[in-house]
Amino acid sequence: MSKLTQEEADLEASLSSAPTEVAEFAEQDGGLIRKAQHVLHQNPALVPLIVLIVSIIIFGAILGSKFFSPFALTLILQQVQIVAILGAAQSLVILTAGIDLSVGAIMVLSSVVMGQFTFRYGIPVELGIVCGLICGTGCGFINGWLVAVMRLPPFIVTLGMWQILLATTFIYSANESIRAQDIEEQAVLLHYFGTKIPFAGVNFTYGALFAVILAFGLAYTLRTTAWGRHVFAVGDDPEAAELSGVNVKKTLISVYMLAGLICAFAGWAVIGRIGAVSPNVGQLGNIESITAVVIGGISLFGGRGSIAGMLFGALIVGVFSLALRLLGADAQWTYLLIGLLIIFAVAIDQWIRKVSV
Amino acid sequence: MQPVLQARNLVKHFGRVTALDGADFDLLPGEILAVIGDNGAGKSVMIKSLTGAIQLESGDISLQGEPIHFHSPIAARLKGIETVYQTLALSPALSIADNMFMGRELRYSGIRGKIFRQLDKPAMEKFAREKLSELGLLTIQNIRQAVETLSGGQRQGIAVARAAAFGSKVIILDEPTAALGVKEGRRVLDLLQDVKARGISIVLISHNMPHVFEVADRIHIHRLGKRLTVINPKDYSMADAVAFMTGAALPPELESGSTS
Ligand SMILES: Nc1ncnc2c1ncn2[C@@H]1O[C@H](COP(=O)(O)OP(=O)(O)OP(=O)(O)O)[C@@H](O)[C@H]1O
Ligand SMILES: [Mg+2]
Repeated sequence: MSKLTQEEADLEASLSSAPTEVAEFAEQDGGLIRKAQHVLHQNPALVPLIVLIVSIIIFGAILGSKFFSPFALTLILQQVQIVAILGAAQSLVILTAGIDLSVGAIMVLSSVVMGQFTFRYGIPVELGIVCGLICGTGCGFINGWLVAVMRLPPFIVTLGMWQILLATTFIYSANESIRAQDIEEQAVLLHYFGTKIPFAGVNFTYGALFAVILAFGLAYTLRTTAWGRHVFAVGDDPEAAELSGVNVKKTLISVYMLAGLICAFAGWAVIGRIGAVSPNVGQLGNIESITAVVIGGISLFGGRGSIAGMLFGALIVGVFSLALRLLGADAQWTYLLIGLLIIFAVAIDQWIRKVSV
Repeated sequence: MQPVLQARNLVKHFGRVTALDGADFDLLPGEILAVIGDNGAGKSVMIKSLTGAIQLESGDISLQGEPIHFHSPIAARLKGIETVYQTLALSPALSIADNMFMGRELRYSGIRGKIFRQLDKPAMEKFAREKLSELGLLTIQNIRQAVETLSGGQRQGIAVARAAAFGSKVIILDEPTAALGVKEGRRVLDLLQDVKARGISIVLISHNMPHVFEVADRIHIHRLGKRLTVINPKDYSMADAVAFMTGAALPPELESGSTS
């Protein structure tokens, strides 16, 4: 029986004469909509970019110079920077099919640690800041360890951490703020990210610059390093990633730690933004960052999306809230429209995915 | 001859389900060992336990005579054991090249690689293209294509190409031709012969009896979570093998000692 059966030999007889080049086809003309679907599948950040440009054009047309004024642009940038930094952390976690409800809480705790360590214990401000950054990274490590090693759902872990960190922040700071004036006099480094770079009348800050550099850095890392590829693989299908040689636990823990570190930087930036160290800021940080990520086209199911999209998502929210405020609309209209945008973004995400099935 | 990979008394349960019930396994140097058995016989669980993808309750494994215990598939890979799992273990949203190099990516030399950790995508894509052409997977037009946009057979081809390209001691293939077309199935069999000629041992799990009888040096028949027997394909017909596998008949060496 070691020979082929006759039938099978016949079946395979013609194989030797089969062509041996890579197949090529004429580019088929699948209609405009299918083409658009394909392009969007390749570049998920395009949808939020288009929405951003369209909304700028529309609001610009309605509001005219009021909208394009240096004052308005400064305000948008100031508002968006914190959301964008937190959004970068959130993007990383969501790419692994997780979610981080504790980003805002990590931010506040880290900023309080930076302030209190410097003022209460009198250590040099540089060291205080380092302690804050370590604190954020440590919180991220706890999240990551519980998710990766204990295999608890990220939603539950970070929901718990959110409450724990918030309570810790209030207990530790005794609900007291550090005044901007004191920081200005004794620890001005805490205001570093608030440093203004005037340009054509618009006040860019180091914080806004940091948000952009961070987004580009992360986008580069995700696309061109092995670690970045592993983050996508883990979010896509953790079991397949494990079998094909990715250390899933290590990757997950590193993602949550990096997210924690980024949140701590947001904590530093938030001091520059509001001037004081206060335990009462950033309560909406988690919701705003998730909103930016979702509007930015990053899939909540993991493994798909880009950091650039998140940045556009954060800017869309900033543009909407400012424009509606300038129009004198009730703040509720902003929430209503952003709610619509979220649902629209997820619907688009589902539609784009269909290109592959 | 000392087996390359040997296992004794492997035991694994999933809750009340017994997947491995004292299974033995021997893979000799340079051979193609086919593993056949009914659905649910425990073939996939056995090879997963050999590669560290599943942790055993008990049992001993040795590689080239040395006792070994893999805590993860990565550990097995570092020892030169490559596996095509039945589920293929590909990341759908990533490209073909990304998938082929998962966990062993190539970086640029110099600062681009050392400091900026930049992946050498052109080199990875070139390598992937070569390996796919060797397998005759010529219908794949774009090497940057996401794996999810490929057909089931094309995906299987990529998993096989990956294992064949990187395995240095043992290559394990869990039903590598199930979804393949006639031409591609033939190419995989040819590839197995090439790999064997390089001195690498191969484990082939398959339900395709003509394929098994064509390429296998020995056939491991798995039944109810353990090795029933090992036969030489020259001594038995496909019908015999199927009869042993399904329990319709007992192999001669067991028949004499059994009471049934
Ligand atoms: N992850 C798991 N959880 C629970 N039970 C499992 C798991 N994997 C396998 N089993 C059980 O172990 C037994 C052996 O499964 P296995 O996948 O090894 O079969 P197989 O011989 O590979 O079959 P097939 O030819 O269908 O691939 C089956 O009864 C199955 O239900
Ligand atoms: Mg199986």
